[in-house]
Amino acid sequence: MACRVQQADFDVDRELQAFCGGGTQTGAVVSFVGLVRDQLEGDDRIHALSLEHYPGMTERVLANIERQARERWDLEDVLIVHRVGCLQPGDRIVLVMTGSAHRGEAFAACEFLMDHLKTKAPFWKKEDTDSGSHWVEAASSDDQAVNRWQRS
Amino acid sequence: MKVLYFGKFREQMKRAEESVDLPQGDQTVASLVRLLRARGGDWSEVLSDSGTVLVAVNQRMGAWETPVTDSDEVAFFPPVTGG
Repeated sequence: MACRVQQADFDVDRELQAFCGGGTQTGAVVSFVGLVRDQLEGDDRIHALSLEHYPGMTERVLANIERQARERWDLEDVLIVHRVGCLQPGDRIVLVMTGSAHRGEAFAACEFLMDHLKTKAPFWKKEDTDSGSHWVEAASSDDQAVNRWQRS
Repeated sequence: MKVLYFGKFREQMKRAEESVDLPQGDQTVASLVRLLRARGGDWSEVLSDSGTVLVAVNQRMGAWETPVTDSDEVAFFPPVTGG
């Protein structure tokens, strides 16, 4: 189990190798990598993206999201790595890995973690684009994505 | 108490953190917001809408009615956009 917030890039191969070497109870590992896109609505293009966070609270929220996922699914292991600082289009931003005995739980938990990370963890993006620099607004589609996990 | 601002709010308030003296008595996030809004300008504008201003007290999500004391850390920020 690990949640990391860092400026440095991460090596997906190395993380995956380490993750798969955890134990022989794991039959399925799912990994998600989020990248910086350069395309916005219309012709506007992103040149750079800066990511700010709330040190201390971020780690607390990520650990809490992981705990919720583990309560819901039988997971062997979880890894969350999120970058902060200045990024360029094509750069990796986020890495989530889940390991479980069977693939269904690993897939569902990975999606659950990403949906919660996007809407609950205190990160803020600012885009430097052709038309100037501006803070990214929260998307209602992300709220809809996280709401589907609510249990009635 | 320690008050922090993040993202767009940090830019609008032109500061990442400050120390605020809260009067004695039963205090909540709402009383702190009233105190800050009384400064006028950006303060009044940014902190006017509880629907678009998120607040954390001691690094846990709070609300306008959350009690606060002088030893707390209170953070104001817009909806999050990570991932």
